[in-house]
Amino acid sequence: MISKEEVSHIAKLARLELTEKENEKMQKDLSAILDYFNLLKKAPKPEKIVKSKGDLSAARKDEASHRDAGLVEKLMALAPDKKDGYIKVKAIF
Amino acid sequence: MDLTEFTITQAHEGLKKKEFSSVDLTKAYLEKIKKSDLNSFLSFDENWAIEQAGEADKKIAKGDFGMLCGIPCSIKDAIMVDGQKCTAASKILENYVAPYDATVVKKLKEAGAVILGKTNTDEFTMGASTENSAFGVTKNPHDKTRVAGGSSGGSAASVAANEACYSLGSDTGGSIRLPASFCGVAGLCPTYGSVSRYGLIAHASSLDQIGPMTKSVEDAKIVFEIISGKDPMDATSANYKFEESKTQIKGLKIGVPKEYFAEGLDKEVEGIIRDAIKRAEKAGAEIVEISLPNTKYAIACYYIIVPSEASANLARFDGIRYGLSKPGNDLLDVYVKSRGEGFGSEPKRRIMVGTHSLSSGYYDAYYKKAQEVRQLIRDDFAKVFEKVDLIFCPVAPFPAFKIGEKVDDPLSMYLVDLYTGAVKLAGLPGLSVPVGKINGLPVGLQIIGNHFQENKILSAGMWIEKN
Repeated sequence: MISKEEVSHIAKLARLELTEKENEKMQKDLSAILDYFNLLKKAPKPEKIVKSKGDLSAARKDEASHRDAGLVEKLMALAPDKKDGYIKVKAIF
Repeated sequence: MDLTEFTITQAHEGLKKKEFSSVDLTKAYLEKIKKSDLNSFLSFDENWAIEQAGEADKKIAKGDFGMLCGIPCSIKDAIMVDGQKCTAASKILENYVAPYDATVVKKLKEAGAVILGKTNTDEFTMGASTENSAFGVTKNPHDKTRVAGGSSGGSAASVAANEACYSLGSDTGGSIRLPASFCGVAGLCPTYGSVSRYGLIAHASSLDQIGPMTKSVEDAKIVFEIISGKDPMDATSANYKFEESKTQIKGLKIGVPKEYFAEGLDKEVEGIIRDAIKRAEKAGAEIVEISLPNTKYAIACYYIIVPSEASANLARFDGIRYGLSKPGNDLLDVYVKSRGEGFGSEPKRRIMVGTHSLSSGYYDAYYKKAQEVRQLIRDDFAKVFEKVDLIFCPVAPFPAFKIGEKVDDPLSMYLVDLYTGAVKLAGLPGLSVPVGKINGLPVGLQIIGNHFQENKILSAGMWIEKN
């Protein structure tokens, strides 16, 4: 069984606040899920890793693309806190 | 005459013959939506729908209009429609208004579609029953005590209950095919790359695909043809163009994977699927027993890769640029509180599993191992497609289950993806087509094809639907 401290550690890495109750449920759920993953230990190694078919990873040219006027305003309107056209955030410390 | 019962093809004919207008159609659907107790829609905009229908009627009056013009549809609430709410069924996006159209939505609008509203889903499309929605479960129109399947449960229910003529869903590990099977509609999950994902709220980016959910396989083909193709806004979209296939059942080599008919498959579901296979055999198809030996690892592999990608994708929800924001003492405090309050239990679980799988000391045992196993699964399918044209198998091991039945046991919910998850790890297309019922509950046959062979799948699906 995964411990309370381990769950808290992962939650910290994941930037998630968990309540005491959520932590308890997470210990149970994660333990069952991670136990199930042990199945993979029996799987053989593949001969080689081949990327999927098709030209799926073609990078576009590094050029600014044209976007509709007003998109910036729409995006800014979604920000919870802003000032003078900038998104406002809390200090790091 | 109930206008909402028509397929796209039938409604198009009616519009062409001026038997009714797009406004008539749209109003008929809106009436159904307003009376519905299924919770298939999270939001709909009546005035806007009628406005779109009015515009479509103008195009129709001119006589030059395509198959989707004036036909009302629903869109899964993980796909953005400019100016409409897009919640992904999460509290963290409860008040989020989409700032632009997803490419698929843009294409539908250009085709003259009428968008009725946004349909329910598991939160961030994470689930197999729509029970993970922050805004309540969607009920199955065939039995309201049962789930509609997920994650595109709202889309499937809306089509099955005639609340929309067709819908767009999204599929990461079965989210189109499973609810299609449970609700008795056609659902196509396209090849990874054949439809643009731009404007789809990301779950697991190496698997997510948008696809049609429709009343007939022919309708799925019509919608797929319009939404597919290369998009400069999605680097993973492929140069793909749909071409009609001359596939005939006679002489078709159909693979039946023995691992998909093993323990866990409901006997009655098996009977219905085997019957469908027999029908194809009688019509001249060659049935070949095949093996996908690494099937046993598929779910474990899937549930490492998907949460790993999800944990990275969901990092963007931090209470800064959009979505729920909780006040905190410093920046970190804002992050943890906004995310702690905004995400429901399944996204939290996946973020945790993903973060753990990617973390130092565990990466090799989980994420790297899963990537290796993903290759084994790809190889399994590649070998099989050297011998067969298509694969026929079940979509789900059982028909729609009771609401609440699996909700407390996430692992049992994960196992529902048994026959649909591996397909996605290999990036392959799959169709769910209704082939029978058990005590009134629909059962879907899954037809899997090789990469970019949606045309073959759809031809076989159209045949099975009619025979």
